[in-house]
Amino acid sequence: MEKRLIYLDNNSTTPCDPRVVDAMLPYFYEKHGNAASRNHPAGWMAEEAVDYAREQIATLLQADEKEIIFTSGATESNNLALKGVFEMYASKGNHIITATTEHKAVLDTCKRIEKMGGEVTYLEVDNLGRVNLAELEAAIRPSTILVSIMWANNETGVIQDMKAIGEICKKHGVLFHSDATQAVGKIPTYPREMGVHLMSFTGHKMYGPKGVGALYVSRKNPRVKVTAQMDGGGHERGMRSGTLNVPGIVGFGKAAELARLEMAADAERLSKLRDRLESSLMKMEETYINGDVNNRMPHVTNISFKHVEGEGLMMTFNQNIALSSGSACTSASLEPSYVLVALGLGDDLAHSSLRFSLGRFTTDEDVDYAVKAITEGVNHMRDLSPIWEMYKEGIDLSQVEWAEH
Amino acid sequence: MAYSEKVMDHFHNPRNVGTLDKSKKNVGTGLVGAPECGDVMRLQIEVDEATRTIIDAKFKTFGCGSAIASSSLATEWLKGKSVDEALAIDNMAIVEELALPPVKIHCSVLAEDAIKAAIKDYQEKSQNA
Repeated sequence: MEKRLIYLDNNSTTPCDPRVVDAMLPYFYEKHGNAASRNHPAGWMAEEAVDYAREQIATLLQADEKEIIFTSGATESNNLALKGVFEMYASKGNHIITATTEHKAVLDTCKRIEKMGGEVTYLEVDNLGRVNLAELEAAIRPSTILVSIMWANNETGVIQDMKAIGEICKKHGVLFHSDATQAVGKIPTYPREMGVHLMSFTGHKMYGPKGVGALYVSRKNPRVKVTAQMDGGGHERGMRSGTLNVPGIVGFGKAAELARLEMAADAERLSKLRDRLESSLMKMEETYINGDVNNRMPHVTNISFKHVEGEGLMMTFNQNIALSSGSACTSASLEPSYVLVALGLGDDLAHSSLRFSLGRFTTDEDVDYAVKAITEGVNHMRDLSPIWEMYKEGIDLSQVEWAEH
Repeated sequence: MAYSEKVMDHFHNPRNVGTLDKSKKNVGTGLVGAPECGDVMRLQIEVDEATRTIIDAKFKTFGCGSAIASSSLATEWLKGKSVDEALAIDNMAIVEELALPPVKIHCSVLAEDAIKAAIKDYQEKSQNA
């Protein structure tokens, strides 16, 4: 059989669209200038290209191009948004509200802010992965300066009620930041319409290059400012110094334009393909979907195969299929996915989960192959699993005294 | 993380998968680990009571590739050994044989625990008999 790699890990990173790479190539050599060189044609060409990309990205977000601050990626954008607001608005308060299912780039930044004297509330989510709006509102205090809630979750694809959160923030005069890394370019993400004042996103999750991202910063009603986290030449309206990554930004802009034009068609095709993948895998017994199936990204599903350990399961097919597991045996820590645990899954089901994230280049054949390989893998692992055998014998596993280690 | 060829071999062609009749008094069963930790190993031995030699060994494991390979290898090593020889199997021998990386050493520890638990179960049953 032909050996090929089926890539179902698009939430980790997407391949570049070939049209993106074509747009970037001239900016490595022929048009190699520094966008900050204001006094010769090489600089002008680079500046013009950056301006055009900024416009392409702003158009995707229905934003003003002056509201786009280029960064190295979403991790930097999240750091800049949270630490930048914390410093800039220190005279107004020191309290930030976020949720336990956020990405580490938000959670660990919040931990740092706590060490810097800030106070952070980490909201729990319900068993579908949604933030409780009443709890969010109740957590707001006079010292609250910022709410940071992700648009869509990286592991489950669950989409939060952005508009309702935006309204709560507006009502209380609190800034609203969203890590929209997984949403931008895949579903409509219009910050102004949702009352989002700061929004982090990145090129490489939307068929653009790695190493370039952006922070949307609202410029009017309200005019938001963040304190720069790096000192230097004062680029990007003083909020982010550093020579602009011109080829990356050009690619990011092209990716945004393609996303705007093709998003609806991509989402429609991928949601059907995702549903086919999901319903085929759900034919196996003791298989569960994690997260809110009515509010999630069109290309994502997260499934637990009970009594099968995720990393072992992946080993049955990972020579041919790339995807992610909520089992943390792959990392140095032995803790399973904190996102799935926050949804109330037992550690055993969290260890048994796989995340599938389809993309623009996923084909019907890819999905059919994956269904077959994963079904075989689950059956192989269950044949090997003592707890599957015990379950089949009718033993109540919750009553077993495990020798924990 | 790349796995060694030996881990891949045991994972794809596990030796001695299965279940022995635990009601027999010359069969010892060790069940170690917990589903919440992502590893459960069940290792069983059948002992020839006259010679105190392990004549059969079977396993089933819920866990990552290294956990499955460690228990598969353990069953291979157990067969033909005396009970006392089996008790001397050290987890570091498994680490070396399978070239396990440091984050997977706990898999070999679990396999050693499973061997000891199975032998203890056998010894308790044969003393009570």
